[in-house]
Formats: sequence, C-alpha cells, structure tokens
Amino acid sequence: MEQVIKPSIKEDFLRHFDFLDFSFDQEFYKNQRKEAKALIQNLDFPTSKTEYWKYTRLNKVLKGKYSFKELESTPYDLQGLAQNRLVFVNGYFSESLSKVNVGEGVYFAPLSQAKQENKELQNSFGKLYKQDEIFAVMNQAYHQDGAVLMVKKGKVVEEELLILNIIDGENIISQPRNLIHLSENAQAKVILKTIGYNSSASFTNMLTEVFVDTSANLEIAKIQEESKTAYQIATEQVKQEANSFFKINTFTFNGALVRNNLNIDLLGQHTESWLSGLYLLKEKQHVDNHTYVLHREPNCESNELYKGILDDQSTGVFNGKVFVHREAQKTNAYQSNANMLMTDDVTINSKPELEIYADDVKCSHGSTTGQLDEEALFYLRSRGIGYKTAMATLLKAFSADVIDQIGIESVQLEVEEFINKSFKGV
Amino acid sequence: MIEIKNLHASIDGTPILNGINLKVNAGEVHAIMGPNGSGKSTLSSVLAGRDEYEVTAGEVSFFGEDLLDMEPEDRAAAGLFLAFQYPVEIPGVSNVNFLKSAINEIRKKKGLDAISAKEFLQMVKEKSKLVELDGKLANRSVNEGFSGGEKKRNEIFQMAMLEPKLSILDETDSGLDIDALRIVANGVNELKTEENASIVITHYQRLLDYIVPDFVHVLYKGKIVKTGGKELALELEEKGYDWIKEETGVSA
Repeated sequence: MEQVIKPSIKEDFLRHFDFLDFSFDQEFYKNQRKEAKALIQNLDFPTSKTEYWKYTRLNKVLKGKYSFKELESTPYDLQGLAQNRLVFVNGYFSESLSKVNVGEGVYFAPLSQAKQENKELQNSFGKLYKQDEIFAVMNQAYHQDGAVLMVKKGKVVEEELLILNIIDGENIISQPRNLIHLSENAQAKVILKTIGYNSSASFTNMLTEVFVDTSANLEIAKIQEESKTAYQIATEQVKQEANSFFKINTFTFNGALVRNNLNIDLLGQHTESWLSGLYLLKEKQHVDNHTYVLHREPNCESNELYKGILDDQSTGVFNGKVFVHREAQKTNAYQSNANMLMTDDVTINSKPELEIYADDVKCSHGSTTGQLDEEALFYLRSRGIGYKTAMATLLKAFSADVIDQIGIESVQLEVEEFINKSFKGV
Repeated sequence: MIEIKNLHASIDGTPILNGINLKVNAGEVHAIMGPNGSGKSTLSSVLAGRDEYEVTAGEVSFFGEDLLDMEPEDRAAAGLFLAFQYPVEIPGVSNVNFLKSAINEIRKKKGLDAISAKEFLQMVKEKSKLVELDGKLANRSVNEGFSGGEKKRNEIFQMAMLEPKLSILDETDSGLDIDALRIVANGVNELKTEENASIVITHYQRLLDYIVPDFVHVLYKGKIVKTGGKELALELEEKGYDWIKEETGVSA
C-alpha cells in the first residue's frame, strides 16, 4: 500500500524561504547560512509541551501563508524621526528613507553593505545566536538585511541612532538581522523600532546580536508598534564584558502576537544591566516577554522591571529568569513584574525566576497584579480633571518608573503620547 | 446656591438616603451632624458624583442646573468641592501638577486661558501657607506618605487653590489632633466669603468650636430630622443622639 506522507508544519513553513537568493553573500556568510540550515534539520517548532513556549501558542503564526515583498520606499511619514537612521521596508534596506551622518570611529550601515566592506564584522556576526532556538537559527539561515553599528574604542556617539523596520503590505514575512558592537569604553544610544504601515497579518522574526565590551555603555529603546494583526518574534542576544553598562527598554504597543526573547550574558565583573518593559494591550493581543540574565562573575548588578496594562481580552506573559553562577558572589539582582488589569477578561501569566548557586548575593523577585484604583480616578475627577485625562494620568503614574528609565528624550515623549492617545477613546 | 429636594439614594439596592431636603445660600455655613450610619457620607458622595450610589428619587439644583446629571469633573467646574474623609494616595502623580491641570481644565471650560506658571506658583506659595502645608508636600505625589493631618491639610490646600463656590467637608475633623484641627478650621474660615458656602459634615461638635455654623442639621436614618442654630450642636454634644431618636419618633 502506498503511504502518503503529509509535509510537516516545519517543512511547509520553510518553503517560504525556497525562493530567496543569497548569491550576493560572501563565502563566509554563505557558509554560516549553510551551517544554520543543517541545524534546522534537527530542530522543531515549539509546541505546548515546550516549557520555554508554554503560554504562547504559535499555531496561527506557523500556519500563515506569507510572502516577501521588496519595496524601496513607503509613504510612511518619517518627519521628526532621528536624523541618523537606517530604514528597512519589509526587511529590505531603503536607501532613500535612510540618512547616515556619523563621525569617525562609528560604523553605521546596512548589513548587506557591511558584509561586503567591513571585514571586522566576521569577528562578531553569528557568534551569539542560540543554536538550539529554531527562530534564531532560522534567522541565521535566511535573514535578509538589517543594521550594523560598530563603535570604536573610546568613541561616544552623542545623538541617538534609529534602526527602523517598516512593514508595508499584507501577509509579509521578514527576517531582519542587526548587530551592535560597542568597543571598549564606547558609548551609544539606539532606538530599535518596528512599525506596521498599511499592513496586516505579517510575520517578523528579528534577531539582534549585541556586544558591549569592557567599560562600554549602551542603551537600546525597543519600540514595537506593528499592526494589530501582526506577529513578531524579536530576540536580542547580549554579551557584556567587565565594567560595562547596558540598558534596554522594551515598549510593546501593538501586534496580535509578540514574543520577545532577551538574553543577557554577563562575562566580566562589575557590570550593570537594566532591563525594563511596558506593554499596553487591547482586544485579543498576546504579548510574551522572556528574559534571561546570566551572572557568571562576581560583583555584578542587574535590575529588571516590566509593567503591563491589559485591556479587553488581551493576554500577557512574563517569564524572567536570573541565573547566578556559583562564582558570581556579591551579585545584586532585582526583578519585578507588575500588571494592571482593566477588565475581568484579561489573562496574565507571570513567572519571575531566580536560580542561585552563590551564597553571598542580594537577589529579589516579585510579581504584582492589580486593578485601576477607582477611588483615585474619582478623586482626580472630583477636582475637575476629565475622565480621559484622569485615566491617562493614572496609567502614566503606573508606568512612571519604567518611563523614567528611558534615557532618550524623544522616546520618553513618544511613550507618554502613546499612553495619552491609547485611552482617549474610552 | 444649592437646593436638595426629597433626595433618595441607595447602594446595592439598600436605601441610605430617604428624602433629604436642604437649601444652602451664598455666605452660609451649614453643619450636618448625625450618628454613624445615618447617611452623612452618602450625602456628600452623591453630591460629588460618586457612581456607586444610585439616586432613586429627588433632585438637586446647583446654581439652577441639574447637579445629578453632571459628571464629577463638571460639578467641580461648576464650583463644587468635596474634601474627602479619606483622601486617596496616588503614587506617581505630583500634587501640584495635578492641581495645575485641574485648574486649567476648569478654566478651559469657562473659556479662560491657562494659568501662567508664575501666577500658579505664586498661588501655591500663598495657599500652602494658609494651611501651613510644607512646600515639599505640595510637590510630592498626591497624599503619598502624608500623615493623617497632612492629608486633611492638603484637602483644604486644594480647596483654596480651586476656589469653589460650595465646599463639602466630609468628616474633615476625624482623627485630627487639636493643632491640626485648628489649622484646618483656620484655613476654612480664611476662605469664607459672602459668595461661597460650606457644608460641614461631622460626628462631633468639636470642629464647630472653630468653624461656626449658621445652621445645624441632624441627619438620622437618611433624613434631616432636626434643624437649629449652632446651639443645637452643643446640645447634641451634651446629650448624645438618643434624645433625637426619641423626640423624632423614628425607631432605631
């Protein structure tokens, strides 16, 4: 009897990439892709049994039919955006929308160009991605374009740099890939933003490798504002050397399903890491923040604060893990997740985790869930403040300690404006 | 200024107010006294627009307008102010910033320009002195970490800033030591003019030594059962509330 073998979801999904042409890549990168393709053979998409993906089901994401769509430009209004920016549309570099004017010692260019002209890139590119995570490996094998920022020793980039991914069109698939490398004692601030413009049901799988060398100082503001039917998986793989400072604030404002994987590896002593996030969810949105901080060395500090405001029937997931190695004495690690539930129909799965093998550390973790304080709302209104303003005031107050973390003024204003706007319609 | 006619209100189906009638004119101070559970706080909540309460009958007109039909913020704009019995702590919201936006929203409704920063600061300085509120408290988050006395002084400070036509002081004296009580009362008296009025709700006569009322009303079982001058308060202090219950024939 003849047996019909149905292609698996994975095989089906990987077919999306069949037509991609990477012949322009240099040999080095072609080989990297080849290695990654081999790795995929032994990996599978997560199921409900996969602990790491327990609360986020990917069925509807994986069963989608997507296409790549190269556009050189998009009518999206770029006014008021950072003066130094690399803009990508559907994962492809848009030269006309980009604007780069950086000084000596700063390399800020699209990945496609960097692969051709920047030999140094080979020392770091592809060194950090997790070889057992299928989405990271898939990005390694089939990534399109992205941004490369390399800052030389001692160099300070004064103005913030923007890496903007715009999704324009329906059922678009894209796999942007970025690399940020700050050499010793260098400093920079980066806005990593994805927006949906005229788009629906897209899938973005972004991977960013981040190297913060000795005594370097990096801040990333990650803003996710895709369309409300968009799916996004975004991973940052960070490596911090001794005495370095790294801060990342993640703001999720839209998207049907958003999964963030933030992995920070602390390789030297006296590092400082700040991770914070704010998610404002409506309708049936689902946002999942997974973070992992690995303390390997003594005398390091990590601070984590994620907050969520969940409305309608939305779902939030927070899983933050701090791992303190036996050698990592005098570690200070703090972790907290707070959620405000606006209706009775929202779901939040919050799981802060500490795994400690050293015996002289200060670590804490906590999770709180509450509702909007109706009494406070009435108090403000009774003083003459209108309902919408009073709501926005309270929600901003709830988010204040996350917003205060932002070291980029334009981002701070943008986040506050978003909160004002998002509850105007109530 | 305000006229309450046959006001009935209930919470979760339980009637609390059973036909309140009260008229307050400009320049008057009215005290409402009564035992616990008589409906004093319900009355202030209904007037300020707290939505847990359902008004089942009656009407309230405020400068000729239907007060019960207005949102809490519109009542404030029309000149009504409630000093809360339990002022709310609002972490992360600055006391002065929130007052500034309150003043500006009210001004906007009246077609006035926003208050200038200079004018506002001058006002904060002046009015916080009135209730001896530390300048630092004015700048902190609303009521956060304030002592009980500081919270009540902050209420009067806000009242001074908003310059209402009608102030309702809901048990402002509860839990206050004598010094704080004097400061609060002094603030209220300083703010009194021929154009404004207050309703002072209290369980004890003590506050009325400092804020002298023109009328004293006794509230019992959701009704005003007796009205008199300031001497009525002294009588209540001396005899308690039992004689009222007997005299009015409302069974406990």
